[in-house]
Amino acid sequence: MSSDNAASVADVPLIEFRDVEKTYGKGTSEFKALKGVNFQINEGEFVAIMGPSGSGKSTVMNALGCLDTPTAGSYLFQGIRVESLSRDQRALLRRNYLGFVFQGFNLLARTSALENVELPLLYRGMNRHERHAAARKSLALVGLEGWENHAPGELSGGQQQRVAIARALVTSPKVLLADEPTGNLDTARSKEIMELLSQLNSDLGITVLMVTHEAEMAAYANRLIHFVDGKVEQDFYQEPTS
Amino acid sequence: MILNAFLLAVREIRRNLMRSILTMLGIIIGVAAVITMVTLGNGATAQVAAEISSLGSNLLMVRPGQRMGPGRDSSGAKSFKIEDADAISKEIASIVAVAPTASASVTAVYGNENWSTTVVGSNNDYFITGNWELAEGRKFTAAELKAGKTSCVIGNTVAKELLGSNEDVLGKKLRLGSFSCQVIGLLQPKGQSMMGNDQDDTIIMPIKTVQRRLTGNQDIRMIRISVKPDINTDVVNRAITLLLRDRRHLSDNEKNDFMVMDTREITNTLTGTTRVMTMLLGAVAAVSLIVGGIGIMNIMLVSVTERTREIGIRMAIGALEKEVLLQFLVEAVVLSSLGGLIGIILALIASSVGSILMGVPFTLNYGIITLAFVFSAIVGVVFGYFPARNAARLNPIDALRHE
Repeated sequence: MSSDNAASVADVPLIEFRDVEKTYGKGTSEFKALKGVNFQINEGEFVAIMGPSGSGKSTVMNALGCLDTPTAGSYLFQGIRVESLSRDQRALLRRNYLGFVFQGFNLLARTSALENVELPLLYRGMNRHERHAAARKSLALVGLEGWENHAPGELSGGQQQRVAIARALVTSPKVLLADEPTGNLDTARSKEIMELLSQLNSDLGITVLMVTHEAEMAAYANRLIHFVDGKVEQDFYQEPTS
Repeated sequence: MILNAFLLAVREIRRNLMRSILTMLGIIIGVAAVITMVTLGNGATAQVAAEISSLGSNLLMVRPGQRMGPGRDSSGAKSFKIEDADAISKEIASIVAVAPTASASVTAVYGNENWSTTVVGSNNDYFITGNWELAEGRKFTAAELKAGKTSCVIGNTVAKELLGSNEDVLGKKLRLGSFSCQVIGLLQPKGQSMMGNDQDDTIIMPIKTVQRRLTGNQDIRMIRISVKPDINTDVVNRAITLLLRDRRHLSDNEKNDFMVMDTREITNTLTGTTRVMTMLLGAVAAVSLIVGGIGIMNIMLVSVTERTREIGIRMAIGALEKEVLLQFLVEAVVLSSLGGLIGIILALIASSVGSILMGVPFTLNYGIITLAFVFSAIVGVVFGYFPARNAARLNPIDALRHE
């Protein structure tokens, strides 16, 4: 990744899927989750990935997050073929470029918000002082100043998701991957989270890729990719709501 | 990276404090048991050695006959005479003292009190070979020894039973059967011997006096020989054996009709026994240490299953396989070492209390403490590796989906 020079970064899209296929199982139980997916995503976009369940949108998300590799085709992240990377190289790619937000928040229980947020920094060998400063800054960014010492159990669902977003942001990632970030929240909290995401996208220029099945949430994005039956059915830009 | 893993491990242990303590319990008990057993065992061994050396160190005892203990058959074996003792002191090098002894049981009387005890007849070397010190008075004069005077040096028990504890014992006359003897010295008390008999229950007189007035013969029951401290007693033992064989006219194919005992050998035998006991107890305790290790493995395996989702989060965040492995491994090692440390502290308390209760010296063995600690850390590595590897090999997607 460090071998990229400035010129190549400029003309290579941030993310490119080339005829990506993903097959689960073998023989009679074989299931094709992705049947040749093509798209390019440029830096600074806010993309909503939609589709009915079983359409392959979660599989795309796992592939985008470098948690899984395609069976066929190619996934290029800043021009690098992710499927040719080793498990550890993909972990390093996640560590340095990606931030994750999950539907179920996935925070560590009985661990303060601050400690949850600084978790990714522990793997970067940062000292305690720097870690705390970065984690506080990140929590302030999502509007949780003063909640640093609360464990997830003491926070509301919306606040927990904000902690999770702060954790994803603390490493200043290029891409924020959000898998149904509002799936466990009520409408009011969902709106707040979506506003936060679009604000991060517009103010900090972070590329946001979000899987959702709610059209209301997808409306915040400026691009919509619609999956049906393992294929891209629609891919268009739109004017975001807020 | 190690430091990081250590930090994560400590955080994790703190987060599950109760479970961590229960996990450590096995190691704590194991380490405490091993160290306590070995420390108390070593104390007992040291005490046995100390008691034997109070008999006299580098001591050889020569007696007629080949068997010792009750039912000994000395009818066939000639007794020693005073000349045998003289020959030993003249012809054998590297010896400090030679004390021929003859003894008899008597009832000693003073005023209205009477007391059954043993009279040992010997010379002034007897005090050297027996490690006896005088509390009061003097040893025998050359004239007393030569003439077989009725002077006696008495042990603490005899003094207490006959004369009372606060009386001046010197110059008092004790009646022993048909004659009376004058007390010229009082022995420093030594207490019970290892075999349980009272060493202070004794009266010492010149050997001639005992032979003439009590045993009625010229026989010598035993010759006690003190060897110079830096000399190998085996060499002296062989020299004495050759000399006595010659003096008793034994031909080459005849067996010895006397016995030379070496207190060093008795020491080795007895301390060897307690040492074996110590090792045995230590081994039993070591088993509990291994069981403690298996306990750690159990908890770590459960912990990996329970924390599958957490491992998934860490992997999504960008933790490398080896970082996850290290985290769980370090956690197991920290748990077991911490257990080891607590075990060592408990063992120090238990063995110092135990040594007071058992009346043995408290001998701290740094070797076994180090060994127990290192072993508990190794237990952590060995039993922590398998669960840690399971954790590191998880597929991040499956781990994240785990409920």
